[in-house]
Amino acid sequence: MAVSSVKISPETQRLELLLLLEAIYQKYGYDFRQYSMAHIKRRIDHRLALSGLPSISHLQHAVLYDPVMLLNVLHDLSINVSEMFRDPGFFLALRQEVLPRLSTYPFFKIWVAGCAAGQEAYSTAILLHENGLYDRARIHATDFNPHSLEQARQGNYPLTTIKEYTINYQKSGGLNSFADYYTACDQHGTMRPFLQEQMVFAEHNLVTDGVFGEMQLILCRNVLIYFNKELQNRVVGLFKDSLCPGGFLCLGAKESLKFSVHADAFEVVQEKERIYRKKRITQA
Amino acid sequence: MKHGPFQAIVMGASAGGLEVLRTILQGLPATLPVPILIVQHISPDSDSYLPTLLGKHTELRVKEAEDKETLSAGVVYVAPPNYHLLVEADQSLALCAGSKVNFSRPAIDVLFESAAEVFVSGLVGVILTGANHDGARGLARIKAVGGLCIVQDPQSAQVSAMPLAALAASIVDYVRPAEKIAPLLNHLLL
Ligand SMILES: C[S@@+](CC[C@H](N)C(=O)[O-])C[C@H]1O[C@@H](n2cnc3c(N)ncnc32)[C@H](O)[C@@H]1O
Repeated sequence: MAVSSVKISPETQRLELLLLLEAIYQKYGYDFRQYSMAHIKRRIDHRLALSGLPSISHLQHAVLYDPVMLLNVLHDLSINVSEMFRDPGFFLALRQEVLPRLSTYPFFKIWVAGCAAGQEAYSTAILLHENGLYDRARIHATDFNPHSLEQARQGNYPLTTIKEYTINYQKSGGLNSFADYYTACDQHGTMRPFLQEQMVFAEHNLVTDGVFGEMQLILCRNVLIYFNKELQNRVVGLFKDSLCPGGFLCLGAKESLKFSVHADAFEVVQEKERIYRKKRITQA
Repeated sequence: MKHGPFQAIVMGASAGGLEVLRTILQGLPATLPVPILIVQHISPDSDSYLPTLLGKHTELRVKEAEDKETLSAGVVYVAPPNYHLLVEADQSLALCAGSKVNFSRPAIDVLFESAAEVFVSGLVGVILTGANHDGARGLARIKAVGGLCIVQDPQSAQVSAMPLAALAASIVDYVRPAEKIAPLLNHLLL
């Protein structure tokens, strides 16, 4: 925290923060107004400390006039850390509980919303491949960050992180050797092209964009945690409208439908791994 | 300075914290009129055993903090391993997997700073035993917005570094050995 900002009252800071987000939205169209304010405040404090600016109002001025500062702030506000087979227990549950039910469809669609650099989409493709289901699937991997999507298309990860992915893969009940799924070159591993065969990457903003198809499975993990309750409700509503009756919704380890206005539209498949299923008959 | 009325207590502890936290929670009644939020440094791979352990010897309900959950009086919310715990303006909780602060996630500074914004002079901050300086900055923020600051007496702490760092960063309201902290809170709140 910038030393001088200690003296600014919390109410004033809250107002400054709202004005900053409004300015970013009005001028550039990036809408963070319904994100978790506690989280945004923390990231902005971090930027203030780095830049030595005395207040959020000064930062607002800088963002409006200096494109580099805008990029810095956008970078601060977008958290895109991810892993393949993140939370291995979840992928084990996906393998055991969800895939057998998906296998009853002749063809099915999966939406990975907030796919970051593609890690989750490739993990899902591998899982389907090992269960002989990949030919029948289509994976829609979306994110609002074009830079992340470009990385996802390239499917290129440093070997040091691939090491961690390998451990996750094994813990998640992987049937083969993880090395079967990438080719190593120059300290990087590139995911094998066949994993992309049924994958479509597209820009999609969960705040502003709508339904784009009927899905049998939606993964949206570690994204809702950065939204406030209202936006979370909107996005879960979007998922509800996108899922076929009986379709599955998977959230991140610390996200749940418990506090959502749409909780009644879903039943719990596995609370611990945050796997839910849209009820077949939605009550009026 | 006049504090209160108190709306919440935040506590931060690291090495040696478990025992102190149990001592404090044991001394508080189920009728406690405010919620307690706790960050205890913990290994990222550990299971969420902390709430169970802390809940054994207290009348208060102890649970793991959940994202978007609304705070209730008499409940103790413990930050889960590997997530920062924050408070929103509407007094609901937020979890965040962002980068570590002071090499810690959860970090005490993150909880204290965000709670200070929300509760201002209605917040009590408590720094307990630990081997680093996490919490010092957060406690200073609580002080700056008019909250009340308590630090475990470094002499009574299993590890004194964290209390010492907190004392160096702010002029605190009370310095107390572990067993005197619950009586003090009762006196202030009931
Ligand atoms: C922490 S990552 C999670 C990645 C992956 N799902 C996982 O669990 O490992 C959050 C992702 O959500 C994306 N995101 C944030 N806000 C979004 C929005 N409004 N619309 C679409 N994606 C968004 C970010 O760009 C980032 O890639």
